[in-house]
Amino acid sequence: MKASLKDNAVDFSFVFPAVLIFSIFYIYPFFYSFILSLTNYDLIGNFDFKKYYVGFRNFQDIFSDRDWWKSMYNGAFITFWALTFQNILALILALAVDKVIRLKKFYRVVFFILPVLSEIIIGLLMRQFLISEPVGRDVFNHLLTNVGLGAMAQEWLSGDKVRLVTALVHCWKGFGWAFVIFLAGLQSIPEQLYEAARIDGANAWRTFCKVTVPLLMPVITLILVLTILGTMQAFAMILALTKGAGGETTVPVMIIYFHLGNRFAGLACAEGLILGIILVAVSFTMFFISKKVREKYGVLPD
Amino acid sequence: MGFFRTKKIIFLIVLHTFLLSVALSCILPFFWMINVSFKTQQQYDDDFGLSLASHLNWENYKTVIITEQFWRYFLNSVLYTFITVLFIVFISSLAAYAFSRLHFPGKNIIFYAFLAAMMIPLPAGFVPVYALLQQFHLLNRTGYVLAMTNMGLSISIYLLKTFFDQLPRDLEDAARIDGCSKLQIWWNVGLPLITPALGVVVIFNALNVWNEFVLASLIFTGDKYMPLQVGLMQFSGKLVTYHTLIMAALTVAALPIIILYIRMQKQFIKGITAGALVG
Amino acid sequence: MRFKKVLFFLTAIVVLVLSACSQKPAEDEKNEIVIWHWMTDRQTAFKELAKKYEEQTGVKIGFKLIFPPDIYSQKVIAAARAETLPDIFGILGEKRTLGSFIRAGYIVNLNSYMEANQEEWKERFYPQTLKLLAFPKDSHYDVPPGIYGVPIDTTIMQFVYNRSLFKEAGLVPDKYPETFKEFIAYTQTVKEKTKVNGFVCGWGEGWLLNCLATEWAINLMGEDKFFKTIKGEVPYTDKEWIEVFSLFSKLKDEGILVSNIATMTNKESESAFSRGKAVFSFNGSWAVNVYKQLSPDLDYAFFPLPKVSSRFPVKTWGGAGSSFMVSAKSSRKEEAIKFLNWFTSEEQQKFLIRETNNFPAIKGCEEYLPQNLKSSINVFSSLTHPDVWPYSEDSRVIEVLNKGLQQIVMDLKTPQEVALEIQRKKEKISRK
Repeated sequence: MKASLKDNAVDFSFVFPAVLIFSIFYIYPFFYSFILSLTNYDLIGNFDFKKYYVGFRNFQDIFSDRDWWKSMYNGAFITFWALTFQNILALILALAVDKVIRLKKFYRVVFFILPVLSEIIIGLLMRQFLISEPVGRDVFNHLLTNVGLGAMAQEWLSGDKVRLVTALVHCWKGFGWAFVIFLAGLQSIPEQLYEAARIDGANAWRTFCKVTVPLLMPVITLILVLTILGTMQAFAMILALTKGAGGETTVPVMIIYFHLGNRFAGLACAEGLILGIILVAVSFTMFFISKKVREKYGVLPD
Repeated sequence: MGFFRTKKIIFLIVLHTFLLSVALSCILPFFWMINVSFKTQQQYDDDFGLSLASHLNWENYKTVIITEQFWRYFLNSVLYTFITVLFIVFISSLAAYAFSRLHFPGKNIIFYAFLAAMMIPLPAGFVPVYALLQQFHLLNRTGYVLAMTNMGLSISIYLLKTFFDQLPRDLEDAARIDGCSKLQIWWNVGLPLITPALGVVVIFNALNVWNEFVLASLIFTGDKYMPLQVGLMQFSGKLVTYHTLIMAALTVAALPIIILYIRMQKQFIKGITAGALVG
Repeated sequence: MRFKKVLFFLTAIVVLVLSACSQKPAEDEKNEIVIWHWMTDRQTAFKELAKKYEEQTGVKIGFKLIFPPDIYSQKVIAAARAETLPDIFGILGEKRTLGSFIRAGYIVNLNSYMEANQEEWKERFYPQTLKLLAFPKDSHYDVPPGIYGVPIDTTIMQFVYNRSLFKEAGLVPDKYPETFKEFIAYTQTVKEKTKVNGFVCGWGEGWLLNCLATEWAINLMGEDKFFKTIKGEVPYTDKEWIEVFSLFSKLKDEGILVSNIATMTNKESESAFSRGKAVFSFNGSWAVNVYKQLSPDLDYAFFPLPKVSSRFPVKTWGGAGSSFMVSAKSSRKEEAIKFLNWFTSEEQQKFLIRETNNFPAIKGCEEYLPQNLKSSINVFSSLTHPDVWPYSEDSRVIEVLNKGLQQIVMDLKTPQEVALEIQRKKEKISRK
């Protein structure tokens, strides 16, 4: 059956709106971003490539810019905590909830409240909760004192603790999301496998190592990749919580955001490109590794 | 037998204590937030919101919603979310239907282009989008809705296409024999069939737009256009020392979502994790 | 079928809402001069003046408030690109931005108007305020020489102290600390006697740190050496610069600063000061109006920079507070300029002083100033501001400097480390 030209045109018209928007907002900016990154365009006046052209200066600047790499470090620091603390907590919670019969639904609903709310709400709320006089009211410290932990009271959002506190708030907001995916993964493991392990006389830990972890491997790698991508792009929560804390919690997107706000459009574009390339490279590497791991365990995704 | 039973009960108690304490850490800050929002600044200065408000004092809400015009931010957010989601539903279901059922040259290439776009980290791409919108004088509403539509498009097309692929074609064949055009088939047969998948698409994108901050904070050039998230940020900067007002504002922004979420948790969880499960 | 009905219904709503939204209200009436500004506290006063002007001349003036300032800036830039700028507007930010606007041809050169009638208009202003909006011949901004804006008030940055806390601590309320040493001694006395912290400032906003560091640097090394640093002839790692940075670590070491000062906004600082949470602050002259609103009974006074050296005179950071520009694309340029001329005449300026408690842009209104500002008029002869310096520091170097000072205050870096970082950035940028 050979389709006529008219048929083709009719069929194509179905995807036309999508393609149109896609070209304007993805493809054009994609190339535009390379062009902009070679200029020092300030967003005032009309864009004239020749007039604003500066070569690869923006990229050179970024590579030797300590603030930029510091922000990458801060991002990596938070990512590290998210990868370890957040995901392990989520896995433990998922295992626990998978075991209990009562209140299962309640836990699932409650743990997932935080991912539903916006980063700004979480950031502003925790700022009010943690920040001390005279900006805030030291609520958390008062709470600690009230329960007899007054010795722990300190300034949570300044000095050398602020980065860790930011990372923990980030984990707090994100663990519910990892939890739900882990739980879905756990529930998809057939009961017979556990049954078989029990008959073989395996204890709980052995069952976990030999049955749960291998079968959960695709889910685990997926969560790792998404955690890295998501955390390296985190921004709004940190802005609302600490405003960057004098460089201590400045993350890459924040730098891009502020450079764009100060109309260093070319520089911001170059930074965006570098961040983008790094993230794409990281996620490809992770997918490659995860493929290897899955092959090793003999579990391939369907 | 009794020994194992006791052991199991202790185990369950430990488990539930652990789970409940984590659950409390998720809920308590919001109780505190709502509690503070009913206090006066003086009361808050005295007890830090750690004791229960004596009565429901709506003064803060009145100030936030009416005097500070939070209703406008709220309506803006509703409007943007609504329109964007509607656009996405129409455009992506049309495209997904075509990718699944129809044939035209370059179909696969275009589809893979959409897939590849999902790999591009979005926050890194907001600079050229901003420059572009500014160049075409598309700042404010139109530009924002279009840019947000684009953001949700790839993933929605992918979700819907996989759903279409799993559906039997009998109904469509019957409709074709009845003389329906392709558009009619999409509208009359296709769309009703994929309603469950559309639900996921709607929730996923609605939350995305509702919670979006970066682009919104860059491209709106007037207070009256701003959505809730940017409004919150502006508001907390402007009235930075009125803590109880900020708490009322946060409650106004958070509570509707929490209520909606509790009423439709299944769809919410599916909607948010949909993005993850695509990868 | 229910599904389709719902979809139809929703679409209908959207179409309705969209059409309602796109119906633009008739904002710009013909024959009205439109002015965009961001000054929330002055909108009422502006509107009153607009009414007065209409009564006198029949020309309608529309003041349009756009808030907050960063949104205002974006709107102005977007409007410039779309050629929908109003007749009169203000530009926020560095002089670099003003330069870009002028180069792009958006702003009228007011030189000929200022110099008409033996420079009558020009002569009204404090020279310092006008200088900020003027571009001399061959300036490094690369724009045709001229005056491109009309200042409407003046702002200076000074220290301020809480007189009630002075009294409570047994200090003489009229005797403020004149040197840095005294400053520290005073804060310690107050802290001992009243348990109140020494100093609060919105150092989360880098520019406030920058103002203070600049004032101390000029006092310590003199303007010549300061400019030489900007020119690149003296490094930031110079002994005296490290001394300047060390002042901040000294403040931190002595426990004078309130907590979270390095992330505090100016608004938060103003509130803290007006609630008596610190005895000293560093703020702009606009604070008179702010403190009046926050705490009408606050007993405070401004005072000049506590000296760190007697070798060089103290210069106070200051100049034009707010200013207006006339759009080159406007069809009512002449009327707009006439209005600004009227706006900066003595009577109107006095009205603004009374209503908004700011320094005026023009001379001869000194006696109408609010009590708290009267003594500060002395420093008008020794003002300094980056926009009038012969050289301007690259904003990226300033960013590193501000961030470095924040880190010193947070006890994360030493003055030496910060100096080295600034110098490194400076060299990298000037190498090109």
